[in-house]
Amino acid sequence: MPRMNMIEAINSALNVALAQSPDVTILGEDVGYFGGVFRATAGLQKRHGKTRVFDTPITECGIIGVAVGMAAYGLRPVPEIQFADYIYPALDQLVSEAARLRYRSAGEFPMPITVRSPFGGGIFGGQTHSQSPEGVFTHVAGLKTVIPSNPYDAKGLLLAAIADNDPVIFFEPKRIYNGPFDGHYDTPTVPWAKVDDATAEVPEGHYTVPLGKARVVREGGDVTLLAYGTMVHVAGTAVAESGVDGEIIDLRTLIPLDIETIKASVKKTGRCVIVHEATRTGGFGAELSALVQERCFYHLEAPVQRVTGFDTPYPHSLEWAYFPGPVRIKRALDAVMKD
Amino acid sequence: MIKKNLQPLALHVPEPKQRPGDAPDFSDVVVPPAGKLARPDSATPAADLKEYPYALIRVLDDNAHAVGPWDPRLAPDTMRKLLKDMMLTRAFDDRMFRAQRQGKTSFYMKSLGEEATSCAPALALADDDMVFPSYRQQGILISRGWPIPDMMNQIFSNKADRLKGRQLPIMYSARAASFFSISGNLATQMPQAVGWAMASAAKGDTRIAAAWCGEGSTAEGDFHSACMFATVYRAPVILNIINNQWAISSFAGFAGGEETTFAARALGYGVAGLRVDGNDPLAVYAATAWAAERARTNHGPTIIEHFTYRSEGHSTSDDPGAYRAAQAGSAWPLGDPVERLKVHLIGLGEWNEARHSALADELMETVKAAQKQAEANGILGHGLHQPLETMFEDIFEDEPWHLREQAAQLLEEDAVRRVEGQH
Ligand SMILES: Cc1ncc(C[n+]2csc(CCOP(=O)(O)OP(=O)(O)O)c2C)c(N)n1
Repeated sequence: MPRMNMIEAINSALNVALAQSPDVTILGEDVGYFGGVFRATAGLQKRHGKTRVFDTPITECGIIGVAVGMAAYGLRPVPEIQFADYIYPALDQLVSEAARLRYRSAGEFPMPITVRSPFGGGIFGGQTHSQSPEGVFTHVAGLKTVIPSNPYDAKGLLLAAIADNDPVIFFEPKRIYNGPFDGHYDTPTVPWAKVDDATAEVPEGHYTVPLGKARVVREGGDVTLLAYGTMVHVAGTAVAESGVDGEIIDLRTLIPLDIETIKASVKKTGRCVIVHEATRTGGFGAELSALVQERCFYHLEAPVQRVTGFDTPYPHSLEWAYFPGPVRIKRALDAVMKD
Repeated sequence: MIKKNLQPLALHVPEPKQRPGDAPDFSDVVVPPAGKLARPDSATPAADLKEYPYALIRVLDDNAHAVGPWDPRLAPDTMRKLLKDMMLTRAFDDRMFRAQRQGKTSFYMKSLGEEATSCAPALALADDDMVFPSYRQQGILISRGWPIPDMMNQIFSNKADRLKGRQLPIMYSARAASFFSISGNLATQMPQAVGWAMASAAKGDTRIAAAWCGEGSTAEGDFHSACMFATVYRAPVILNIINNQWAISSFAGFAGGEETTFAARALGYGVAGLRVDGNDPLAVYAATAWAAERARTNHGPTIIEHFTYRSEGHSTSDDPGAYRAAQAGSAWPLGDPVERLKVHLIGLGEWNEARHSALADELMETVKAAQKQAEANGILGHGLHQPLETMFEDIFEDEPWHLREQAAQLLEEDAVRRVEGQH
């Protein structure tokens, strides 16, 4: 089986989707001839033509608004927002339009749009190339939110998202595009092709990873760790370094959430640590914490802990003090294990 | 239903005339002769300025003589300052680009070939006129005499960085130089400049505002909001569009440049629109001076399109060889702004080759010395130059309980990290 990094896997998914359905259309800043600033769409315009893979004016509001119109016609647009940090000009089209059109037209205008966007920090990108705004979207009724953590899932989830008849926000953790990240900034990145991990093996053809299904990355009996994207790997480091028998769940899809897998795990371990890179207050971790408390209260041995980025803009030089690395996670593990 | 008896529709997707492997060819760029365009009174109603968005204001002719009514007739000392500002900007860019390549910082963006579009407006405006720049207007700070080591401290995110290492390199802020904090989000500064200008007008102040964005950024809704407010309130503002032909890999056609000029955006809003040779420092000065006079006399806003060329990559993260013809910068028909002003001054007998190369050497030494001084304060790395608790300052005026708690948590973590021997 070929080994791919996440960019190659995403490129392969887009290529398969374009070949499979004449309605799949890719648009975004620099995605056409050049193939995207992260090269995710490289070669696709050449193979599938300029009217199916094309560059756009620099207006995120326009990109999503146009995608809504294309979906109304019957296409399956896959717009790219160059960085998640630049998605805010598109909020009205996403929140007031794409998310609600099925509802307000009573099903006349479904919106099969998949918005791809690199997100997350750890690349010294400063406050406008590092944010994790998933909580903005999970709060909106009518949007699905998907975040892969490895090449196999990236391709399978992206193909599932494109096939889905509702709008999906597909955030790609750019820190792990080329290789997994253990959370220590000074460890050199080992490329996906060289890591001993089956998730770097990616079939060439079509397959899907269903939306709404989490993956148990590591089984354990002491504590459940809920994570997604880059933080799945960082949580793995923390568990290994702490010696705690943690059960790590990669959520993969935030909305719709795989509540059954979470419940089964927390009922088994009695402890729960939630890890995300996004700011803390009102983040998706707050939702997870509430759900675990509501549904597993009598099984809990300790208060649920959240490990997150701080409630500050993403700093440039203090990036690694901001990032919720292994030290922060281990302290949370210690805290839940004490009770 | 597709109706068989009707012509099928076709989607137009713009395509630049040359791609990698092609020779650069600018034969379709219309370069009108310098000096031929009339200079209207700056109070002329926008409705009577309809030819200007389609014309090109040029002062320096092919022999670098200043000709025609737009010649600002600058004193030789002023022109030498303009030349020096552009050369210093170029030397600064050169060193900082190299510093990034040497791993001393994360990112850099040059303005090579576009220096006139920052340095000349800065000179034509008053020093306390408020500027809202984009990320390629380092020339404004340099023209306003801002200390070079301070700019470098920001680029290195080091312990002397006034912005506390928070911003990506080159995202300066210098209120004392009437220079607004630069955003990474495109075009947000355009309506902000209009708002500042409206405030200045409402207060009966005498200062005006100016903003800059690239031609690619004019696609953003913020640009159009800026034009709308500017015309409605006749705001004393200059909205500069730097049309350097490329927005990363997208040529100006993806911002609407195939069908019209960027200055012509002004017409629909009823705003004065000028289109200027952006590589002609005297023409840029003259256009800015005209627009500034118009704004200062309550005749409203001006949109200026600076027609120029991004001679190098978008940033240190970019390789233009992947999407455009090689050597396009040197083939650009409007030449180089430094060279054109230099030859002009030599023609006047106010400059010579020896002085020019001596100045170039002197400026490179200035920049090198500044770099040494800045590097003594640290370069970007994992040294965490700012005290950790500064991360939580300036979120709000006062620190609420949750940020105080998080700051305390960070200091505890740091203690653990030190014990474990890692940052
Ligand atoms: C809102 C937003 N969208 C996208 C980007 C990514 N981006 C940064 S610069 C750039 C190109 C801008 O081109 P242009 O406005 O022509 O200015 P130039 O770089 O040529 O000076 C893009 C797309 C961004 N910074 N902000």
